[in-house]
Amino acid sequence: MERVPVLKIGDILLVSIQLDMEDQTALQLQEDLADRIVATGCHGVIIDITALDIVDSFVGRMLSTIAAISKVLDAETVVVGMRPAVAITLVELGLSLNGIRTALNVERGMELIAASREETDDWAVDLDEADPGQAATST
Amino acid sequence: MALDAAQGSRLAGLLGDHAEQIVKRWADSVAVSLRGRLSQAELQSQVRELHRALLVALEGDGRELHAESAGELRAVLSELSRSRARRGFTATETAVSVFALKDIVLETMSAGGGAEQNLRDFVAYSALIDQLGLFTFESYAKAREELIADQAEQLLELSTPVVKLWEGVVAVPLVGTLDSARAQVVMERLLQTLVDTGSPYAIIDITGVPAVDTQVAQHILKTVVAARLMGADCIISGIRPQIAQTIVALGIEFGDIATKASLADALRHVLKLTGVDAARRNARRES
Amino acid sequence: MTAGLGLGRPQTQAIVGDEDVVRVRQLVRTVAVAAKLSLVDQTKLVTAASELARNTLVYGGGGQVEVTTVDNGRRQGVRIVFTDSGPGIPDLELALTDGYTTGGGLGLGLSGARRLVDEFDIQTAVGQGTRITVTKWSR
Repeated sequence: MERVPVLKIGDILLVSIQLDMEDQTALQLQEDLADRIVATGCHGVIIDITALDIVDSFVGRMLSTIAAISKVLDAETVVVGMRPAVAITLVELGLSLNGIRTALNVERGMELIAASREETDDWAVDLDEADPGQAATST
Repeated sequence: MALDAAQGSRLAGLLGDHAEQIVKRWADSVAVSLRGRLSQAELQSQVRELHRALLVALEGDGRELHAESAGELRAVLSELSRSRARRGFTATETAVSVFALKDIVLETMSAGGGAEQNLRDFVAYSALIDQLGLFTFESYAKAREELIADQAEQLLELSTPVVKLWEGVVAVPLVGTLDSARAQVVMERLLQTLVDTGSPYAIIDITGVPAVDTQVAQHILKTVVAARLMGADCIISGIRPQIAQTIVALGIEFGDIATKASLADALRHVLKLTGVDAARRNARRES
Repeated sequence: MTAGLGLGRPQTQAIVGDEDVVRVRQLVRTVAVAAKLSLVDQTKLVTAASELARNTLVYGGGGQVEVTTVDNGRRQGVRIVFTDSGPGIPDLELALTDGYTTGGGLGLGLSGARRLVDEFDIQTAVGQGTRITVTKWSR
């Protein structure tokens, strides 16, 4: 069985699915990703499906599961590069990929993750400012 | 129907010996039937080429139109038919260009005198020319069919342009009646354009659509959902009052899809979305 | 069926393991391209085939698929027949309902596949197996 490689780029894990996956490969990817998120502490996962010429309910379910797992592990998942024919077919199939964020391409996906991380970062700044220890030293 | 070898070489001789005269008379005769819609020079060169190709065919084994050495003749004939068809000449006007040769050959032959053998020859030549004429007719019809198919495709393209309105914003202004097939084509093209241009926003403007039935509305809705799956947002603009009534009467759920009164409103809406995003991000970076 | 239906040479593929689902997808894609189906129709048919092949494997305990080009005089198309000798489907109506599943999937296999093709026929008998025939015509 082949494995789908998971690349780490900065704070993001990039998965580019290049092959017609067997169901086992998809399940393996699910596991691999969960492990890598924890091991790297990354906060973003981009799954590039540009090369996939179909997404059936099994792969659809895998994508939803990955999104849900990464959310629990404090990482945001964005699925990018879905082909028009695949999207049209998914709509007909009745698969809505609830809970998954999507973007047109890897670049847009990275922007999306960056934007949502910024919102979290703002919180971090606010917390720093509200830090009583710091407040004490500055007065 | 085909010429025998002797007849072939006699016709070749006839065409070769009186080349200049035949080409001139031929061109003149065709010019009359086309009533000056092709220039004299162009006609001359067409006829000359035809004459030459016919000679080549006859001098080879081309006493049948389907023979190998008649390849060039067939090419010249179909090219002639094609150009006539594209320029709007009728089938008759096209075939006449070939049939005119009959009269010229008869003239030239009777000028040379002769009797019974000439008659038999002429019947044979005539049959060959008929073959050429029919071939022109076929090529003409084929060229016209291609023309019609091309135009149908162009029409579809014309009626379904996907235009870029702004960086990251594309629009399809839909005009005319949408049947299910056309709606499908438009929507597929829209989705492809989103990918090609990397635009996260699409505006579907239906100002020019007189009526929407359930099927077409379903196509539009499915496209919006498909675009979302791909990571793009669609806004529908220009919904006329009657169409709004139809949509409600048919019980079609537009759900949380953004709808705007006009294309301008839709663009403003999108720019506000992207503008606000960008401004907010810049503000953060500065702070 | 329509009288005078032209049939191409059928191509068969056994479905006994995970990797066969991938093979079925590839076989159907090849035949769909040969039958000049549009890209969207190819995608819909391959997706339907993927769902049904997985059903044959998971619920039917394996079986086989037969892919044929068909021609009804006006249009070309592709016909796929899935056969298994598994337990059969006791309640067909229920099995064809969106969201109904016994195998832990999304329950879109049968109902979704039916929406993706032009003709859908299912014959099943409890304890004897299931035979599903789908056809997609070129536009």
